[in-house]
Amino acid sequence: MATENYKLLKKESLPALFDKLTASGKTIYAPVKNGEKTEFDVVTKYSNDINDEYIQTVQSLKGTVFPKVEKLFDYKSDKTDTSIQEPDFSKFPQNVLWGLHPCDAAAFRPLDATFRWDYDDKYFLTRMKLTTVVGLSCSKHDDYCFCTSVDISPASSDGSDIMLTKNKAGDYLVEIVTEKGQEVYDMAKELFGEISDDKESYITDVPKKFDLNELNKNLDGSFEAPYWLAQSMRCIGCGACAYVCPTCTCFDLQDEGAANKGSRIKCWDSCGFGHFTLHTSGHNPRETQSQRWRQRILHKFSYMPDRIKVFGCMGCGRCSRACPVDMNISENLIKIMEEPKNE
Amino acid sequence: MDKLKQLAKELLSNNQVQIIVGYEEGTVGKARPAFISSPDQADTLIYDERCIHNLAVYLTQHKLPGNTKIAVIASFPVMKSIITLASEKQLDENFIKVIGISKDNNIIEFKDFADIERYINQQDLSFTPEEQALIDKIDAMSMEERWEYWQNEFSRCFKCYACRSACPMCYCTLCITDFNQPQWVSVPSHKLGNFEWHINRAMHLAGRCIGCDECSRACPLDLPINLLTKKLSMDIQKQFGYSAGQSLTEPYALSTYKPDDKETFIR
Amino acid sequence: MNEFEPKVVAFVCNWCTYAGADLTGTSRIKYAPNVKIIRFPCTGRIDFMLILKAFAKGADGIIISGCHPNDCHYTSGNFHAKRRWMVFRTMLDFLGVDVNRITFSWVSAAEGARWAEIVNTTVDGIKKLGPYDNYRKMVNEETEVNNG
Repeated sequence: MATENYKLLKKESLPALFDKLTASGKTIYAPVKNGEKTEFDVVTKYSNDINDEYIQTVQSLKGTVFPKVEKLFDYKSDKTDTSIQEPDFSKFPQNVLWGLHPCDAAAFRPLDATFRWDYDDKYFLTRMKLTTVVGLSCSKHDDYCFCTSVDISPASSDGSDIMLTKNKAGDYLVEIVTEKGQEVYDMAKELFGEISDDKESYITDVPKKFDLNELNKNLDGSFEAPYWLAQSMRCIGCGACAYVCPTCTCFDLQDEGAANKGSRIKCWDSCGFGHFTLHTSGHNPRETQSQRWRQRILHKFSYMPDRIKVFGCMGCGRCSRACPVDMNISENLIKIMEEPKNE
Repeated sequence: MDKLKQLAKELLSNNQVQIIVGYEEGTVGKARPAFISSPDQADTLIYDERCIHNLAVYLTQHKLPGNTKIAVIASFPVMKSIITLASEKQLDENFIKVIGISKDNNIIEFKDFADIERYINQQDLSFTPEEQALIDKIDAMSMEERWEYWQNEFSRCFKCYACRSACPMCYCTLCITDFNQPQWVSVPSHKLGNFEWHINRAMHLAGRCIGCDECSRACPLDLPINLLTKKLSMDIQKQFGYSAGQSLTEPYALSTYKPDDKETFIR
Repeated sequence: MNEFEPKVVAFVCNWCTYAGADLTGTSRIKYAPNVKIIRFPCTGRIDFMLILKAFAKGADGIIISGCHPNDCHYTSGNFHAKRRWMVFRTMLDFLGVDVNRITFSWVSAAEGARWAEIVNTTVDGIKKLGPYDNYRKMVNEETEVNNG
């Protein structure tokens, strides 16, 4: 691999950078060590608990742009006069998402495509506009990781505004990817240096498990395939996979309050739940868990690329780690390619 | 566990059962539930300390085809779950064969549910000191501390309902949380919604929980929600002498009463 | 005159306590006006969720009252209720809910004065405890919950 020129961010400069970000009104989310685990949390300053060698968190940062509970508006009704009060969009938080792995950074692409597919979701788009993504190349991976199979590399800067790669000395090689990234750089120029290095040498090698386009082609005509039932027998029908997924976007709208006063709330939902598709008539088009499992796979690997030109899986492996009954998505995808579609 | 495989093969080839619910080797070193329907698959069956899923959950999911006889590999918690489910008239003895596995990994072939009941009552059924310590730790907190503790834990919940899905006793076709006329439980996973959900879950499992801890194991966020039902199990045992999963005939604690039930707070 | 006036919801059974509260009125006994009485067929009907809903809608205190043991119009509704309250109270206490805000009592149709006394002592008790801010805080939490 060739040596290239990067900006250099020394480990010692991190506290100063975090202070600057906080001082400029940014809310920083960073991977924080908590016992054995590392989870994203809000931090105001740099600390040694911030883990830049984590493999993956349980939860993604999807919630920062698509919160698990989000008030859309308050309503008030006084006989004939009904009014709606939307939130103050100018007060939405300016988030800096620090140290996301490339799979998570790339996950904003399908989210973005979904939330502006046939309707511009201004809640999501506003939050997204105010978000700066600082990606971090992966130095480690585990057996659940399969980003390379979904055409993402553990070093890819797609979706990040700034991309960091930790070198041997513990300092970061910095790539400024977008204008938003440039703004952060401009704000703290004095903290950055220059370096020539070979980024690829610090990056873990995630083995490729399957070919994405081949999988996509293979799913054509798979609707009646016997493997959906076989794979989903174990599935207990919870929503853990969807809720930890960085790209799952199903949501429910709930009105809370009374007829004359209340609020409309958007909250996470999952296609894995039996009642997700239940009609008022009592008919349920996806009656069985195997149909719901099929929906999950086809949505991510067939419907999304067909309709919004982006796959719905980033290979982060969260669903497989979180599944209480070991429904490992990459294992099942490989089986789909191997097994016959017709009995 | 060659004996287990052998037994499974026999059961399937004699057509005594059509499906065996057991465990197989999963991915990344995990064991996982498996459904074996032909003798040649039986070799994939395993049983070791990683096999902790409560398989009784599959007996009430109505996923298995009707009129099939099912054999289930039953660790101790699974046996207790089966007794509770049977006492609630959820299982048909004629369609379920229970292959018990004792604590020292011996196979026990149960003739019927009463046989399981007898076996369970020969075992040590008391709460372990570890379980007691977890409850005592929370009991020792002040009211404010307990409130803060649970508010913190619940605030993390995103309502994936893995706790509900993994629980064999949560077999309602329409869960109260999915009930929207009236909307008993606030749907969004904000603090109130989570609080109401977890109280409902615990209250609906009060004294029915057999203590397998599957709920918190299934929870992707590791919420210690098993403590809620455990606390109630202990309380109900103390106050009414009732413990779930031990009797096929004794009426469930909250479906009955004694005129002399002792309390100290009613004026 | 800015004394805190608590909102107290009373869930009472039709046959004993409701009639008892009626007697309080016809006997012209004065009692705290803070209480809102909700009539149920029987204490056995009072689901624990109703208590939570009352707190969620702004109650600072709650009274649950029905027939004395052995006096239930339906023979055993109050016995079943008693067991349920014993368990539910344990649950609330374990979760850090202030169980001192909930009064359980048996008040018969003949005990008009006793009903007034129950309401008055409950309201006094809640006045000392103050508004149920913890529960309010949980209900009014900003709904824009971010991840983490």
